[in-house]
Amino acid sequence: MGNLRLILPGIWLSVLVVAAVFAPWLAPHDPLAQDLFLGRMPPVWVAGAEPGYWLGTDSLGRDVLSRMMFAGRIALVVAVVAGTCACLVGATLGVLAGFLRGWVDMVISRLVDIWMAFPPVLFAILLVAVLGPGLWTIVIAVVVIDWTRFARVVRAEAMAQGAMDYVASAQVAGRTRGATMMAEILPNVAPTILVLLTLEMGIAVIVEAILSFVNLSISTDDPTWGGMIAEGRTSIHQAGGCWCSRWQRFS
Amino acid sequence: MSFLQITGLTARLRGGMPILRDVSLEVAEGAVHGLVGESGAGKSMIGKAILGILPRAIEIVSGEILLGGEDLLRLPARARRARIGRLAALIPQDPLTALNPSRRVGPQVTDRLVDILGWSRRDAQARALELLAEVRIEAPERIMRAYPHELSGGMRQRILIASAFAAEPKLIVADEPTTALDVTVQKEILRLIRGLQERHGTALLFVTHDLGVVSKVCDSLSVLYGGKIVEAAQVDAFFAAPVHPYSAALLAATPKYTDPGASLVPVPEDVITAVRAEVADG
Repeated sequence: MGNLRLILPGIWLSVLVVAAVFAPWLAPHDPLAQDLFLGRMPPVWVAGAEPGYWLGTDSLGRDVLSRMMFAGRIALVVAVVAGTCACLVGATLGVLAGFLRGWVDMVISRLVDIWMAFPPVLFAILLVAVLGPGLWTIVIAVVVIDWTRFARVVRAEAMAQGAMDYVASAQVAGRTRGATMMAEILPNVAPTILVLLTLEMGIAVIVEAILSFVNLSISTDDPTWGGMIAEGRTSIHQAGGCWCSRWQRFS
Repeated sequence: MSFLQITGLTARLRGGMPILRDVSLEVAEGAVHGLVGESGAGKSMIGKAILGILPRAIEIVSGEILLGGEDLLRLPARARRARIGRLAALIPQDPLTALNPSRRVGPQVTDRLVDILGWSRRDAQARALELLAEVRIEAPERIMRAYPHELSGGMRQRILIASAFAAEPKLIVADEPTTALDVTVQKEILRLIRGLQERHGTALLFVTHDLGVVSKVCDSLSVLYGGKIVEAAQVDAFFAAPVHPYSAALLAATPKYTDPGASLVPVPEDVITAVRAEVADG
């Protein structure tokens, strides 16, 4: 028997990923196709549902299931690309600051402090306002907001590793600082970086949802999870409308 | 002239607090010199100053460290690192943190041969196997492929000793090499270090707070208090009749295993006051 706590989330994650990746083939409807006669339909198991629209439709009569699947593609791209970029930037600066210390650490740490003094969501909104909405703007926004998370934690870890005797031994043996950093520090902060990266991917999805919730992500036509929650919210008081919101939150 | 000659070495924390006060000592080629003192006396700092791994917060104010006749403190950083790497090595205090946990043991032993002597990995590998046999590790091939966490503390210390001797340095700084080990292993490790030292003709600077260890391993010793050497002597002469009252008190405070019922003798208050005043006058 495997580990249930590992298998269940794994299955759910694979379902999401497969649904997102193969959305163009799997989705039962065009996510953008409107049918105003079929607006605000409830999911299939509720009386009065329209067959074929498994999770019902939104206020413009678009199929919620299809939209969720297509929105997953965007969430996935943001998670992977933005998460990885934030990780590269933050971890690099963190290792440099934590190992080299001195003025390098001073500059990087103060930069992190200043950066973190900005409220992140406002910061992101500002960025989107300047760069204009779009998928890559979101990616950039996530990187710009979240690199500090990596920099701080990795710096602390690199400092702890730098105090170890094996680093001193490497220096006695005439290793240069750069070589010491690559051979002694980096492999030992790698597990921390990996854990942070997995957390960051989840956070990136949420940031993307927040931004699209306030309508600042990509063009309003393309489905996003955040955008769909926002849409659902406007019709939440009308019969059936609440289903939309409920489904998105589940995602 | 002695292989290692330190003259008037003075170091302090950036901002003022003195760490080493006018320390002078010499270790002849192939000799074993002990550095004894309480924690905080500065004994480890002397070793670190020689090896160029003082913590960033400590700066050397004056003095010279001649290693093989050349003053390390006057060399540019790169040349200093190269010289230290070629002539000196470290046996660290804590074997648990002295091996990189994410690398196999083998490359960590051969690193010095490859980095310093420019050997090929294959030659270095063969030499490392010999060295591991020399520190009495059984099945060295298997151990070379192991990760540090798979080995016991005593085993890791043996590996560190092997790698310290690997590139045939002229001087090894042993920074309390047995403090982190349990007593049964300590004796074995000491015998091992002393044996290798004699066979390879390496000079050894042995940092410890254990006078019993000094009497077994060292030829001469320096007693430190508050960053100052209060007494330097040959081991035989010292244990027969220590000159400085603080050294005498320290010696008297060493527990005697021959008389397990005896209570511990602390260093008397007035001796400490006197030695403090002496060091501060300095």
